Amino acid sequence: MRRSQWFWLAAGWIGFAILPWYNLALLSAEAWPASGLFLAMTGEAPWLLPLVLPLALPLIFATRSTRELGLALVAAGIAGLAYALVQGFALGLHGWAWPFLEALLGETQATQIGFGTGAMVLLFSFLFLMTEGLAALGWMKGDRFTTGSIALVIGTILFFVFLPVSNILFGAAVPEGDSSAIASLFARLTDADIWSLNCLVENRRCGVFWNSLILAILTGVITTLLGLSFALVATRTNFPFKKPLRLLTVLPIITPPFVIGLAIILLFGRNGTVTLFVADLLDIRATRWVYGLPGILITQALAFTPIAFLVLIGVVQGIAPSMEEAAHTLRANRWHTFKRVTWPLLRPGLANAFLIGFIESLADFGNPLVLGGNYDVLSTKIFFAVVGSQNDPGRAAALAIVLLSLCVGAFYVQRRWLGSKSYTTLSGKGDAGRPSELPQGLRWICYATALPWATFTFILYAMIMFGGFVTNWGRDNSFTLKHYLGNFGIEWTEFGLLWSGRAWNSLFTTLEIAAISAPLTAGMGLLTAYLLVRQRFAGQSAFEFITMLSFAIPGTVIGVSYILAFNEPPIELTGTASILVLCFIFRNMPVSIRAGVAAMSQIDKSLDECALTLGASSAQTVRRVILPLLRPAIVAALVYSFVRAITSVSAVIFLVSARHDLATSYIVGRVENGEFGLAIAYSSALIFIMGAGIALIQFIVGERRISRRQTTDALSQEAPA
Amino acid sequence: MKLSQKVRLLASTAGIALSLSAGAASAESLTLYCSVGEEWCQAMVNGFTRATGVEVAMTRKSSGETYAQLKAEAGNPKGDVWWGGTGDPHLQAAEEGLTEEYNSPMLEKLQPWALSQANSSGHRTVGIYAGALGFVYNSEVMEDKNLPAPSCWADLIKPEYKGEVQIANPNSSGTAYTALASLVQLLGEDAAFDYQKQLHANVNQYTKSGSAPAKAAARGETGIGIVFMHDGVQQKVGGFPVEVVAPCEGTGYEIGSMSIIKGGPNPEAARKWYDWALTAEAQEIGASVNSFQVPSNASAKIPPEAPSLDKVKLIDYDFKKYGSSDTRKALLSRWDQEIGSLN
Repeated sequence: MRRSQWFWLAAGWIGFAILPWYNLALLSAEAWPASGLFLAMTGEAPWLLPLVLPLALPLIFATRSTRELGLALVAAGIAGLAYALVQGFALGLHGWAWPFLEALLGETQATQIGFGTGAMVLLFSFLFLMTEGLAALGWMKGDRFTTGSIALVIGTILFFVFLPVSNILFGAAVPEGDSSAIASLFARLTDADIWSLNCLVENRRCGVFWNSLILAILTGVITTLLGLSFALVATRTNFPFKKPLRLLTVLPIITPPFVIGLAIILLFGRNGTVTLFVADLLDIRATRWVYGLPGILITQALAFTPIAFLVLIGVVQGIAPSMEEAAHTLRANRWHTFKRVTWPLLRPGLANAFLIGFIESLADFGNPLVLGGNYDVLSTKIFFAVVGSQNDPGRAAALAIVLLSLCVGAFYVQRRWLGSKSYTTLSGKGDAGRPSELPQGLRWICYATALPWATFTFILYAMIMFGGFVTNWGRDNSFTLKHYLGNFGIEWTEFGLLWSGRAWNSLFTTLEIAAISAPLTAGMGLLTAYLLVRQRFAGQSAFEFITMLSFAIPGTVIGVSYILAFNEPPIELTGTASILVLCFIFRNMPVSIRAGVAAMSQIDKSLDECALTLGASSAQTVRRVILPLLRPAIVAALVYSFVRAITSVSAVIFLVSARHDLATSYIVGRVENGEFGLAIAYSSALIFIMGAGIALIQFIVGERRISRRQTTDALSQEAPA
Repeated sequence: MKLSQKVRLLASTAGIALSLSAGAASAESLTLYCSVGEEWCQAMVNGFTRATGVEVAMTRKSSGETYAQLKAEAGNPKGDVWWGGTGDPHLQAAEEGLTEEYNSPMLEKLQPWALSQANSSGHRTVGIYAGALGFVYNSEVMEDKNLPAPSCWADLIKPEYKGEVQIANPNSSGTAYTALASLVQLLGEDAAFDYQKQLHANVNQYTKSGSAPAKAAARGETGIGIVFMHDGVQQKVGGFPVEVVAPCEGTGYEIGSMSIIKGGPNPEAARKWYDWALTAEAQEIGASVNSFQVPSNASAKIPPEAPSLDKVKLIDYDFKKYGSSDTRKALLSRWDQEIGSLN
């Protein structure tokens, strides 16, 4: 047996024989942390005893040939996984979960308790024993790292995305009244409320599908173009204030819920400064023009441009200058070079940025809620079908299916557009070219879009900072510190430091959870991207689509589906911090995947092959060759998942608990109560904390170093290697 | 034999007897799902812990969210008491058996409307406060545009208020549903939909949340909002130039309710909370944190800012009928067809 095989087998034995089998938080405080083996031997849970067999099997075959051992490992892994899961689900809180078992085995008094550390460790070691076996049998060219990663990613995504989501989507087919399941599903999916095109023929509203589609396309295009012009200004011009500009570009990724919406209302609402000014100037009546499509577009463009920028800047930097130089040598002018060389090479970045913008816009719920006016979109409809006065989960599920199909559509269009061309520009060959300058006209277009937008961002954030220091923002602008003291007061008492502010508790929890989930999210996402770009296996496109599921589904639905799936043993997670971390990982992972896919399709495969030929393992290749070249994508992934874990609202509404309350639910509570001062002060503090977090991430990950010729005009940001 | 007995003893004293009720044995605690404003929730929790020593873990969510959560958690409930929030979802939860029947000794101290809420649900829920539906208008906007202050439902459909009225969408907001049901009871169903079609010409937005029109009126984003009067009072106390009006023809109201969650982990503590929350002292906490609903305990002091229900002409709101899911579905789908689909 190999060392890694011994390792997973030992982990399995430790999980089964030493670590506590059940989740201690669910047992009484004085409960003894008994292992699975102990529970089985003492007769407390005799049904756990058969798990000894798959753990013993590899030992029996330890000295046999690689092939026989491999078969034994696969068999042990599959049998162990299957049995452990089946016993977990078959026995419910109140006896058997499945009626046929009761008929077969009679009634039982035994009940199931949520899996603890031991059970989890055992499950994972079975999974990896299986992949060790598969690798030994020659799967994926016998690569253990790849087989292991594929199984890990597929297994967890099936468990934490596919299972809960499909479970709740089946709600669309729950029979309504006397009609059959199919008829109800059909009726819900073809509702005029979704598809109607009445607005074209008479004075009625169009279906919510069209609203969402138009909004998503516009947002996708606008964020991609804005992101691109920022990326071009940052890399291909000699704009003097690149650092502050970059900060302003990334800043709106931090949009605390509702506060941006309020700032927009104060500027552009009927009573807003800008609206009143323009109305005065043109001598017209101030209108509520911002409520509806314009308002949602402004806020979404603001919120999602940074992520498009982060995806695109990596791609723009990655384009090999030698190709552009070659074009110049062949007498192409700047504009021609951009059109025929640079732009086509930007495609993976553009496509992935657009896809993110499109899907983010579809799933966004906070901005349409505040500024949507009468412009209904799918995500708000879904939210209120779940929690509104209709309370119709079937309708919510049907709407979610429509939303998902939109995403599938976008996903396939994106794939078709990219086609099967090669976008490789980062190869092992020394590439000492110089990035071509932008054509004159294009440079001015970039300036003309990027700079006003950056100014607008600056004004908005300055307003928010200001709002935290006044008594009643927009009404009574006298200076006060009471909001900050109320949130973040610290007292020195005789027992030591007292965190007397009301926000400390949720702030600490939020930061802890964000700090735990961000690296996990980025890691899982980039690993998945690696599998998608660099490996070929059956069912890859289906797998790629499933990874997007949790992203495309509105948070509310994810929240409810997580309660439905993880409130009862064997996986009982509600009320814990783990459910929040898991939700963040699987919900925010798709952005890491997209960033990783876009960046990795630029890196020449020959680099990997070179490393492999020189005797490195896949794991080593990833660590020493691919990861260093992926730095921009790593930054994008980490920043996004860190910030999203702090600012996400809809998914966590159902998952927070008294012990694990999050900053956003505190802010929403304040806003609902009309205490904007407290909400804004808290948001301002979060903006600073997240800013510091982003800077820290940048610092730790560092810049990617690609050897490029040093340019005299400092065009290129990158330092020579 | 002896050895296995020993092991058994060890195992059972260790408390690994596989029963879930084990958690209840430790120091008394309570998990509260609270559906009013954060401040009020927190004040109630502190008051209860001071009065009884029971530790409370509180989560605040809107009543619709809490109802959705109760349904999702039904197989293994995590909460004990659901306190606050408009009555309809509480009645729905009672209808679906998600909440527990309880006859509190405090019931006799309550106002008749609170009791009728208990009776119509088989004592699975009870009224804890009431709030009447009304208008809130921004006096600065009215002055600027030279508009008279509205005082009746009939005023709102006058053409001079074009684009000045805001109300929530009854599909998403319980407040707007209460308004819809009140109009139906006040005018009759067909006349009520006729009225709403005329009102539609003046409505600038059907908001998602029920209290949003009050906030919009406060900031002058709309002239008039149709909301619960206590939401308007809250903006007024918050320093905004708004006035609150009770419609002259009469109006409907909500009964904020409380229910014990069926199968919750701490049933004892839940009943303790229930009894305490119906006392006069507990009900006077609301006014101290700017929540001006009318308390259900007959001897609790009514805050002076609260829109006293004696001065408001209240209709005889049929909570049982209009809270039932059939009536609700019928009214909402008619609203969708006749009002919601208009441009």
